[in-house]
Formats: sequence, C-alpha cells, structure tokens
Amino acid sequence: MAVILDALVQLGQLLLVLLLAPLLTGYVRKVKAHLLRRRGPPIVQPYLDLMKLLRKEVVLAHNASWIFRVAPYVIFATTWVAAALVPTFATGLVFSSAADLIAIVALLGSARFMLALAGLDVGTSFGGIGSSREMMIASLAEPAMLMIVFTLSLLAGSTQLSYVAAFMQGTDVGLRVSLAMALVSLVMVAIAENARIPIDNPATHLELTMVHEAMILEYSGRHLAVIEAAASLQLLLYLSLVLCLFAPWGVAVAGEDFTSYTVGLVVYAAKLMIGGFLLAVFETAVAKMRVFRVSDFLGIALMLGLLAMLLLFVSRGV
Amino acid sequence: MDRIALDVAHMFAGGLVLVSFMLLYQDRMFSLINIFALHAFVVSVSVAWQAYIQNAPHLYVTAAIALVVKAIVIPIVLHRIIIRLGIHRNIETVVGIGQIMLGGIGLVALSILVMLPITAEAGTLAREDLAFALSVILLGLLIMVSRRNAVGQVIGFMSIENGLILAATGAKGMPLVVEISVAFSILVALIVIGIFLFRIRERFDSVDMHVLDSFRGERP
Amino acid sequence: MAVEVLLWCIVALLAAATGAVAGSRRASTTVLVYAGGLVASTIILATVIWSLVSDAALAQTLHLPVGLPWVGAHFRLDPLSAAFLAVVNLGGATASLYGLGYGRHEPEPGRVLPFFLSFLAGMNLVVLADDAFTFLLTWEFMSLTSWALVMAHHRQSGNARAGYIYLLMASFGTLSLLLSFGLLAGSDGGYTFDAIRNSHVSSAAGAAVLALVLLGAGSKAGLVPLHVWLPLAHPAAPSHVSALMSGVMTKVAVYGFVRILFDLAGTPAWWWGAVVLLFGGASAVMGVLHALMEHDLKRLLAYHTVENIGIIFIGLGLALAFRANNMLGPAALALTAALFHVFNHSVFKSLLFFGSGAVLTATGTRDMERLGGLIHGMPFTGFAFLIGSAAISALPPFNGFVSEWLTFQAILLSPQLPQWLLKFLAPAIGALLALSAALAAACFVKAFGITFLGRPRSDVARDAREVDGFSLSAMIALVCLCLIAGILPGYFIDVLAPVAKMLVGAHLPQQTGLKWLTVVPIAESRSSYNGLLLFVLIAAAGWLAAYVIHRWASHAIRRSAIWGCGFEDSSTATQYTAGSFAQPIRRVFGTLVFRAREEIHMPSPGDSQPARMHVHLRDLLWDVLYLPVANGVAVISEFLNRVQFLTIRGYLTLVSGALVALLVVLAIWQ
Repeated sequence: MAVILDALVQLGQLLLVLLLAPLLTGYVRKVKAHLLRRRGPPIVQPYLDLMKLLRKEVVLAHNASWIFRVAPYVIFATTWVAAALVPTFATGLVFSSAADLIAIVALLGSARFMLALAGLDVGTSFGGIGSSREMMIASLAEPAMLMIVFTLSLLAGSTQLSYVAAFMQGTDVGLRVSLAMALVSLVMVAIAENARIPIDNPATHLELTMVHEAMILEYSGRHLAVIEAAASLQLLLYLSLVLCLFAPWGVAVAGEDFTSYTVGLVVYAAKLMIGGFLLAVFETAVAKMRVFRVSDFLGIALMLGLLAMLLLFVSRGV
Repeated sequence: MDRIALDVAHMFAGGLVLVSFMLLYQDRMFSLINIFALHAFVVSVSVAWQAYIQNAPHLYVTAAIALVVKAIVIPIVLHRIIIRLGIHRNIETVVGIGQIMLGGIGLVALSILVMLPITAEAGTLAREDLAFALSVILLGLLIMVSRRNAVGQVIGFMSIENGLILAATGAKGMPLVVEISVAFSILVALIVIGIFLFRIRERFDSVDMHVLDSFRGERP
Repeated sequence: MAVEVLLWCIVALLAAATGAVAGSRRASTTVLVYAGGLVASTIILATVIWSLVSDAALAQTLHLPVGLPWVGAHFRLDPLSAAFLAVVNLGGATASLYGLGYGRHEPEPGRVLPFFLSFLAGMNLVVLADDAFTFLLTWEFMSLTSWALVMAHHRQSGNARAGYIYLLMASFGTLSLLLSFGLLAGSDGGYTFDAIRNSHVSSAAGAAVLALVLLGAGSKAGLVPLHVWLPLAHPAAPSHVSALMSGVMTKVAVYGFVRILFDLAGTPAWWWGAVVLLFGGASAVMGVLHALMEHDLKRLLAYHTVENIGIIFIGLGLALAFRANNMLGPAALALTAALFHVFNHSVFKSLLFFGSGAVLTATGTRDMERLGGLIHGMPFTGFAFLIGSAAISALPPFNGFVSEWLTFQAILLSPQLPQWLLKFLAPAIGALLALSAALAAACFVKAFGITFLGRPRSDVARDAREVDGFSLSAMIALVCLCLIAGILPGYFIDVLAPVAKMLVGAHLPQQTGLKWLTVVPIAESRSSYNGLLLFVLIAAAGWLAAYVIHRWASHAIRRSAIWGCGFEDSSTATQYTAGSFAQPIRRVFGTLVFRAREEIHMPSPGDSQPARMHVHLRDLLWDVLYLPVANGVAVISEFLNRVQFLTIRGYLTLVSGALVALLVVLAIWQ
C-alpha cells in the first residue's frame, strides 16, 4: 500500500512539473511586461499558444528526414524525465535514485544533442548558426556545472539531490561563502542553458542574436508545441534545481503524511513565484551580450566554481 | 572558537580573494579604483571582525586607518589625478583575460598548497587567514605584472599591502606602531608615485609604460 | 584448458593467413579469410567470457618450448588478460563480419587479407604473453602487421608518409618497453612475469619504468604528446582495419600499461598517479579540440580516440594514486571505470569507423565538406552512426555515459587523498574531463550533422546508396551492445570485479542484486544510477507524448521549401559547413591552443572573384617537440656521415681504438 502511495506521489510530481511549466513561463513574461510598464499577455497565454499550435498543420521542408520529426518527442521525453527527477515539493521519491545531479545534467545534454541535430537537418544557415553556437555555450557551461557538483559533493558527501537537500536543511552547513559562490555560478549556468538574456533572447528572431530560436526556426504545428513545452520544462527544472539545492526549507520528505506534502506544494509554489520574479527583474535590468562575450560570462562562472572549491579546502570541516 | 565566528571570518577573507579577482578582471580606470575602494573596505571590515572575536581593541584602530586612508582618501586622490592627467581610460592587459584569470586561480591554489602544510599546528583561523593573505599578495603581484598602465600597477601594489594587513591580523594582531608606520610609508609612496605620474605625463604625453621602452631604445 | 583452446585458435588464424598469401588471386579467399576470422574470434570470445565468469581466481599458465632455448614462451590467462582478450576478440569478430561485406570493394586483397589475420593473431598473443620476450616479440609482430595494413594503399597521397611515421613511433615504443622490462627484471632477474613480480624495484628505477612505459605503451595508445602518428596512420588503413587499430590495438597498449604498472611494478608511488592524470587530462582536451577542427571523417575519429584514451588514463591515474595511498575501494572504482571505458570505447569506436567505411564505400570520399543528406540514401548506416555518436558523447541511456559517470564518481572521491597536489589536481582534471565531454558532443553533432543531415553538397552525396548486409549487421550488433551496456551496466561491472580484485585488491560492491538493477558504486547515500529505469521512463514519456499528440492534435503535414527569408534558397553551398560549425569553438579555444588565425581575402567591389577564407592551424607539438628532435638527429647524422668516407688507415685506427678502449674499461673495472 505504501509502495502504491509512493508511486502515486512520483506520478503526481511528473504531472505537476508538466502542468506548471507553461505557467511559470507566462508568469515571467507577465512580470517582465509590468516592469516595462506594459500590461503583457495573460499568465495562461503559453497554454493557449500550445493549444493553438497543436491544432495547426505541420509544414515540413522537402529534405527533412525522420530525425526532424522524431527529435521533438525525444527532446520532450528526456527533459520531462529529468524535470521529474528533481525534487520539487518532496525529496526521496521513488525514482530519485535513478539519476543524480550529473545524470540529470547529462539528460539535458541528450536533449540538446537532438535539438542541435534537428537544427542541422534542414540544411539552412539559420539552423547551423543555432547549433554551432548552442554547442559552444554548452561546452563552456559543462565544466562550470561540474565544479558546482564538486563543491556540493565536497560539502554534502553526495551527488544525489535528495541527500544534498537534506544536508542543506540541516544545521551542519553553517554560513559558507563557497555556497554563495556556487549559487551565483549555478544561476549563471542556468541562464546560459535556458537561453535567457544576457546569453540569448527568447523573444527574438534576428539571425545575429538567435541561438535557441535559430535551431527551432523550421518547426511548426504540433512539433513546435512539443519543443516549446520542453523549453518551459527546462526552465522549471533549473529553477527547481536552484531551489532544492540552495533553499530547500519546507520540502517534504517522502513517506510522510499528506499534510506535509501539501505544505511542501504551497512552499514550492511560493518559491517559484519569488524565483520567477527575480529572473524577470534580472532579464529586464541587463542587456544581451555579444556571442563572443558569452565565453567571458561562463568563464566567470567557472572561476567562481573553482574558487568555491578551493575555499572549501581551506575552511573548516573538510 | 565559535562556529559562526569562524564562518564569518572565512567569509570576509574569501570575499577579499574574490574582490582581488574582480580587480584582475577590470578594464576601465574608474571601476578599477572603485573596486579597490571595495577591497580596502572588505579588509577593514575583516580586521574589525577579527578585533571583535580576538578581543584585541587596537585592531579597531587598524581597521579605521584602512577604512579612512585606503577606502576613502586614496581613491578620491587617484580619481583627481586621473581627471587632471586626462589619462586614456581603458586598461589593456598584456595577455588575454582568460589566461590571466586561470593564472590567478593557479596562484590561489599554489598559496593554499604552500601555506596549509606549513601551518599545520596553528589554529584554523590563523591558517586560513595566512593562506588567503598569500593569495591576495600573489594576485596583487599578478595585477601589477599584467597591466600596461601605471595606475593599474599602483592599484596592484596597494592591494598587496591589504593582503599584508590580513596576514598580520590573522597571526594574532599587529602592534599599532608597525601599522601606522606601514600606512605612512604607503602614503609617502603614493605621493611620490603621483609626482612621477605627472612628470611622465608631461614628458611623454602618456602613462603607458610601453612608451618608456621605446624611448629607451629597447623596442623599435 | 582454456589457454590451449586459445592458442589453437591463434595457430589457426596464422595458418589461414599463410593460406591467404597463397590464394590471394581468387575471389573466394576474401570470404574464407573473413569467415575464418569471425569464427576464430567468436570461439576465443566465448571461451574467455566463460572462463572469466565461471572462475574468479583465474590463473592458467602454459609453457611452450618455442623461441629462445633457455626461456621458451610462457602464456597466461588471468582475469586481466581475459578481460582484454574479450575486448580484442569482440573487435576482431565484428571487423571480420564487416569485412565480409566491405572486403569485396578492396582493389588489392592480397595486401590486406593475410595481414588482417596475422594482426588479429598478434594482438591476441600480446595479451596472452607471460614473459618479456614473448611480449616484446608479439608486440613488434602486431606493429609490423598493422604497418603493412597501413601501407596497403600506399599509392594514395599521404599514406606512405603515415606509414613511415608510424613505423618510427612503433620502433621507438618497443625500444622503451624493452628498456623498461630490463629495469624491472634487474641485473640478475629472469624475464618471466612471475620472476619480475617477485623482484623488488627501487624507487628511482620505478620512476624510470613509469617514464618508459608512458613512452612505450602511451605512444601506441595515443597519449599526448606521442599521438602524432595516430591521425595519420589510422585513416590510411582500410576501414575495418582502422576500427581494429583505433578500437582494439590502442586497448592492447592500455593492457601493456596496466600489466606493467599495476601488476609487475609493485606498489606505486603517489606521484605516479599525478603524472598519469596530467597526461590523461591533456590528451582528453587536446584530442577533442583537434577533432573539432577536422573535416576528414576518419581523421576526426582518430583524434577522438586520443581523447578517449585520455579518459581511460585519467581513470588509471586515479587508480594508481588511490592504490599508492592504500585506499583500495576508490582504487577499485577508478580502475573499473577505466576498464569499462576500454570496453565501451572499443564498441562505439568500431561502430563509428564501420559507419565511415560505409560512407566511403557509398560515396568514395571521406571529406565532410562534400557530403550531406546521406541519411536519405543510407538510413540504416545513418541510424547506427547516430547511436554511435550519442554513445561517444556520453549521453544517457547509452554506455559512454556510464563509464564517464563512474570516472566522475572516482574524481569526486579524490578529496580523501592525503597529498595536497593530488587533491588539487584531480578536480582540475575533472573540469577538463567535463570540458572534453561537452566538446565531444559538439564534435559529433558536427560529424553526424554535416555528413548525414542537411542537403547534399555534391553529386556523390546525392547518389549514395545503402551498403551490403554484412556491414549493416556488424553495425547493428554494435548498436545493440551500446544500448545493453548502457542499460544493464551492473552485469559488466560485476564481470570486471575479478580484474579489480587481482590488480588493486578490492572490488566494487555486487551490483546485480540491487533493487531494480541500480548501479551503486560506493554507497546508496552517495550516488546511484539506473540506466534501465531511465531508458524505460524516457521511452514511456516519448510514447505517451506521441500518443496524446496523435490522438488529439492535428495530423496535417504539408511539404514545402525551407525558410530562406522569403528567397528560394536552392544552392546547397549556403548551408553550414564543417569549418563554419566549428568556428565559435575555434574562436574561443583555438587562439590559445593552435594559434588559429583566419585570413579573409575580400575582392574589391565589381571584381567577380569569390571571397576566400583561410584558416591557419598549427599543431604546436610538432614545432616544440618533434621538429627539434628531427633536426637534432639530422645534425648528428651529418656529423657522423664523415665516418663513411674515411681512408683504410682511418678505419684501422677506429677498430684498434675501440679495442684499446674496451681493454682499458676492463682493466679499470677489475
């Protein structure tokens, strides 16, 4: 009976991330609009966009291969599974032992691999631009991500997200400057991977400024709907990751009773709102960088990660 | 020692290393001076915290001197000098910024590698202060070496002195006499450097050290 | 006994090789040779796996009275050699299967067939050898047969030079190994591995042994800075031989390294691990950066081998460091990660070389800038190459990810090491490993995307057709193996446990009994990975999404032209090329690593000439390491050339002077 309940909670998380992701995207857009003194589209606009796209026909290029048609589903599946494995309102769920932080990042790498291939499939120069720039950004973000994993595992003694979250909630952590640096580094990596300003503009269609949009330029109809859903899921994933690793208070532990789950849900929703608000403020305050400044930006993230790790070697208790 | 006290001291010392890296990254003159003011501010706060947890009231004076002289007076003076001289506001580095930052990380690793085994018997607070102080000193040297502009080199020189203050407070405080004499010598050095900057500027119309090389015939 | 079965199979291979020389004119020889290779390799593979699984304390030896009169030839089958024999013969079996189809296109089969079987036999003999003479003899035999295969198409430009450099590096490597065995045996020791194991090596001699083994085995494996022959020689050979050289022969070199340093040299010093880690990290990054700049498909794959060898040596370096500090559990983890990566790399590198061989057969060119759109004409090859690319880029749920994940877990254990240098070096190497994994993904997006996707850039690409059934079956078999090793890695880790137990004295906890086939390398609370569950979840999620969409969304599809800002973009030259794909990465990393420079010649307005862009890359290792050595050798040989032209009196003086000098030495030494 307990097993069935646990499985239901895990499936509940799967559905929750899928349903919340477009809402988060709509919320961030709404806050950005208000900061720019516009009314902005309604918060549920992304759902309406997805419904509209599902009804439209797909326009395929003559030379598009089966990869172009299969890629959206592969991208969506890997991103959804990765998002379902990050603790949101409860840790220690049934499937959480399947993948640790390194595996989750690698799952997102699989999604990116297929997306880059889809960009190259149609044989346009836009797709090529997007794919090559995306792979460059990824190659710079991965070492920074590994340094963050290293810092966290040095402190928490684990790379499993549930155990790290439990450690962060405990009293043993103390006030660590390395964690602050790791947080800043993770936020920078998250911005780079999600194609937000200042790395990439999610609302642009100028060739010189596109990275993510360039790869999906040829997509239309239901394929585009699936890819947009996957992009929203990725944003939710990274935000949940930052929250679970650095602000895990109020999260329920698997196996507790129903009230703690509800509390966990409410706290999670509140944290998402705060995180989305901060993201919108940051995006409005900063301008987009040139493509070749991105290496400086991610280099700073890598330096912060390296410095955080070095400082940990000096501080107490390691 | 109390855990929170240790953590806060570690935070200030680590913050000082981080601000040294920020100094390394700057390429505009005014932001370099402002970050240097931040550097001196972090040093003074760190020394004040050390005074609090070590119960050494004379360190409060050290912190006050660092705050007033190096975080307020010297930056204002440098601002005035730059505006008077009309110096070219961008600072070029000798090699690419990525290599310099990697070199900085290597220096931090090196100072930790050297300091931690040597000070194995000392207390945690002293060990980490010494390790970070050596990092700040080495980073200050790197700032001096990697800049072509005289003002950048001056800033690097003064950040070295901040590292020395950190080391001295970590090793159970510094007599006030030593601190005042060091501060005065820095002030005198600054005045002399300021005079030289004016002379160089008058003579060569630039404070780029490369110009000196070509004047001396070492470079065609 | 298993060893005898193996030796009989090897004798059969050599006999078939001799027969192939005799009957090389007939068409049926090709089929017979490859079928024979397939059968022999499969028998060896089955025997070895059965021995490894059934007997954990495997140690069968055999002494044959061939070779030197007072030494003979010793052969040994223990867990380490069994594991590497499995890798070698898996590669040999799939290459033979591939060759059944590919070999039909060979213009001069007599230059390939006998050496192919001898190459297989040589590699098997190296892994079985149990004394220094047999090892070195079979190592040299392996090098010579592979050199003959590299020179099979010697009339093509560049192949002769590739063969020459390969022969130089191979001889140099054998010399280093000879010296290292001499140091290990000592002045009075015997040359059998048992005797060497029991003799004690001083720490200075141990350092020299490390350097010599890195030179000898490392150069054969392709470790930077001794990798320069690899991108020249591997592409020159026929494709299934390239797969064997890249995927299998480099692993035999790794076997030599592991055998000498982990088994024969005794307890390592802690700094050995640091040196190996450094070389491994440098190889990983330099290999993949070079690969990104290539647009020849096979050279790209050859440079990638350098990268993966780097990853293997990172694992081995960590194992040495842990073992020197008597941390046996982490040492077992690092060693298992390295050995698993040996297996995985041989699988997906063979797969990728088979794919490039299929491309070469179908289009006649290896140059990516002239290919494109091949997936329409060659769907199965394209699928196999896609799976191989995903596996080599360390993407879950395939096997490349599992071995890299295990290596990362070993790196995450490195703060427990007492030496500060190792504590700092391991995370830095970890960052380099992450960088190389991300760059590898970029490189294979480029390789697969430019070659198979997009629009055809030339007529040969447009007219490409699928290759024959044997080649495809070899590729599909390897695809299945990639997936199985990724989904069920626990079984493979358990099979490798006796090897770890033999070499470092500990092994990873039993993986097969765990809940839902999760892999837990250290402890449940530290990290765990479940490839099967991830694969099932991804498949279920994808299927569910597809089902929901197809049930409730529109089905309409309309074919149209691609978007070209409103213009009809009919020229295929406007697509991205391999060089343009690599440009952002070249801008970020290339100026530091290769002194990359782009030169653009723009014609003046009104001039009808095209604009041209040149990219200049220099491999700094040639300038820093090899050219000075070559110049030094040239200078010395110029000087010594005078000895050729002495008078008779001069020669007599030389001989009598040498005699007198030797007598003086003898007198002093008494």
